[in-house]
Amino acid sequence: MIGDLFSFLTSSIFEGFLTASMRLAIPIMLAAIGGIYNERAGISNIGMEGFMIVGSLTGFVVSYYSGSVWIGILAAIFLGILLGLIMGYFEITLKVNQVVFGISLNLFCVGLTSFLFRIIFGITSNSPRITPLPTIMIPILSKIPVIGPILFQQTALAYITYILVLITAIIMYRSAWGMNIIAAGENPEAAETMGVDVIRTRYYAIIISGVLCSIGGAFLSTASTGLFVQNMTAGRGYIALAILVIGRWDPFGVFIAALLFGAADALQLRTQLFNFDIPYQFLVMLPYILCMVVMIFFSKSSRAPAALGEPYDRGGKKSEI
Amino acid sequence: MHPPLSSQKVNLQMQGITVRYGSFIANDGVNISVDHGQTLALLGENGAGKTTLMKVLAGIIKPESGRIQINGKEVQILSPIHSQQLGIGMVHQHFMLIPTLSVAKNVCIGLKSAGYPFPNILKVENELIKISEKYNLQIDPKAIVSTLSVGTQQRVEILKALYRGAKILILDEPTSILTPQETHGLFGIIKFLTGQGCSVIFISHKLNEVMEISDRITVLRQGKVTAEISKDETNEKDLSILMVGHEFTKKRTIKPVPPEASELVKIDRITYFDERKLPVLRELDLTVKKGEIHGIAGVDGNGQVELAKVLAGILRPDSGRIFINGNDVTKLSPGKRITAGLAHIPGDRQRLGLVMDVSLGENFILETSGKEPVSKHGILNFNNIRNTSKQLIKDYDIRCISVDQTAATLSGGNQQKLVLAREFSRMPKFIIAMQPSRGLDVGATEFVHEKLLEQRENGNGILLISTELDEIFELSDRISVIYEGKILATLSREVANRERIGLLMTGKTDV
Repeated sequence: MIGDLFSFLTSSIFEGFLTASMRLAIPIMLAAIGGIYNERAGISNIGMEGFMIVGSLTGFVVSYYSGSVWIGILAAIFLGILLGLIMGYFEITLKVNQVVFGISLNLFCVGLTSFLFRIIFGITSNSPRITPLPTIMIPILSKIPVIGPILFQQTALAYITYILVLITAIIMYRSAWGMNIIAAGENPEAAETMGVDVIRTRYYAIIISGVLCSIGGAFLSTASTGLFVQNMTAGRGYIALAILVIGRWDPFGVFIAALLFGAADALQLRTQLFNFDIPYQFLVMLPYILCMVVMIFFSKSSRAPAALGEPYDRGGKKSEI
Repeated sequence: MHPPLSSQKVNLQMQGITVRYGSFIANDGVNISVDHGQTLALLGENGAGKTTLMKVLAGIIKPESGRIQINGKEVQILSPIHSQQLGIGMVHQHFMLIPTLSVAKNVCIGLKSAGYPFPNILKVENELIKISEKYNLQIDPKAIVSTLSVGTQQRVEILKALYRGAKILILDEPTSILTPQETHGLFGIIKFLTGQGCSVIFISHKLNEVMEISDRITVLRQGKVTAEISKDETNEKDLSILMVGHEFTKKRTIKPVPPEASELVKIDRITYFDERKLPVLRELDLTVKKGEIHGIAGVDGNGQVELAKVLAGILRPDSGRIFINGNDVTKLSPGKRITAGLAHIPGDRQRLGLVMDVSLGENFILETSGKEPVSKHGILNFNNIRNTSKQLIKDYDIRCISVDQTAATLSGGNQQKLVLAREFSRMPKFIIAMQPSRGLDVGATEFVHEKLLEQRENGNGILLISTELDEIFELSDRISVIYEGKILATLSREVANRERIGLLMTGKTDV
């Protein structure tokens, strides 16, 4: 009996499901980890979806012409910085409505990337391809049942993501800069009286968010598929916002929540192959439904940063006399 | 590390400080001075310019003109952090704390001396324990700020200022959120600090406290200094004249409520759980008689806000019933309760009392817009609205330019008059008054109190919820104390005294 269970855990179908869970989780995880920075600092980034799709296209196109996926990812990072700066200028400096700006940016980016893709490659029947990042099996560790396929049979970019989760936790909970970020997002006025430059802190936070979202997008085209498809992020930037709430703005929480979503996504993809008498559209809905159901349970215990979405006016707050 | 207090003696002088907000002069050539080891009280009404002056010291506002000297050396205070480096520490009325972080982290945010880029929290905690013991502040540096009581959070603010090297400590209306006993504790801390050579600037509008704690007193009125005296040369009466400009008499002759007065409102075992499923009101019982003001005293955050909202119909209680004139109104909407004769003067008048961006006239008809004569068949009668509004503006002495200006353009006192005018013009039977004089100056407070007493004379019942004991004692026929969502005791005005109520406010019933 126990032997049967063991053989199931190491069967190639099940291992395939496990590696796919993490592979599908990584882009969302990267974006949500980026979201921890900006949301903890008090600015929302509804534009993650747009940041991601720009990262997907940039990563793909530059990889295609340079022949190196890593140069493609570097280019995506560069555009992430640029987009973060633009968003910072609108949301922090101009103080425009953060939800409206984020959504406009998303719509703009989805349209722009589709347009640029056609300009660059034309409309062809055989879509251009690059060689995606190879899977790196970590010696010994990748042989551990269950854990091995999930964590240690992935691409280099996934391993970098794990390190980013750890670094983010260290920054948030151990560093002075993380305290500044949390202070800027909870009580910016107090932060300013203690010598924190709220505006600068928020700019850095949104730029980091831009970079991580962009890498997340680039992962889709350069690590998991090797091609670019119009609107290939398909709402993952929005799901990352939900993952942030479910993960309680905590790096490890986000790691688990994203992995859960990835598993649901991997499960529905595999179920489609079994030819059940269910229209595949319903299966595609599964991870999203799971996300909503989980949010019901987490909405009460999960508390957003107090000043999230509120622009900060230095000394311009109507002061009491 | 920052030494908590050096032996260095500090004095501070501000000369000719002028601050303008647009055309409004908040500080007009103000002079103050404090010596080391001294407590200076800055006395004045709301809007007299006390907080503005202190924000200049804290580096939050830059004055238009004026000089600041510390130890005889002229300084320009460039920013909040610069102010701290000069040895000034401010405890704001609204705490400048990050509720989700620990005390130690709160204290060292933005301080590179605590370790950069990774602050040594353990070391900070140990230093805080030492300072806390030295000044008897009783704070656990590991505690998360949001779990601490308001009084403790205030001590965290003091600890923070000391850790960051403050030698001049500014306390902005520090007692407004404390029980009498906590206030006593705070005064002990202030005396200890000045004994160690620290200077304290104590901002207040409460005369008795100023007389108790200060060495010198500077009185501000409408942005100008009206007096600078030593405590020994003055008394409460003189100070009140200096502060308000005229003597105000608080003695009123009020006919007692006849004991046979019938019960108007009965609150029967109301329980309410907040969104975290914690009980905020626990089987609370209460009655209000006709022609009576029933005062609810208590420290902020013991269920007062929820009690007012449950009565007004904004929150639905989890159990218990509410009767007005013997009718069960527990399940009625706010609108139906208004029809049943309820009036609500909310504590947060800008959010719950008024629509700030619409005209005074429209604010007057918020509750009656669907009824004749304000409207007919769903069409508003603007002539009627205009005329009644003008009458109300006259009756309630609302200082404004026209009925078409928005509520946001009125001062706090006039906004409250607007709320009172609307509520009382409906001829209500039962009035919930939540902190009715919060943020108002003495004149406006007097007006509000007179209007409440007028309603009482008319035989209406009033539930007065206030954290200001002065207000409770001045107006109430009976006084109840709310503590952790329960009424601990109800006393008649004859037997109630400040000490007894104060102890009840801290939850002590065995007195």
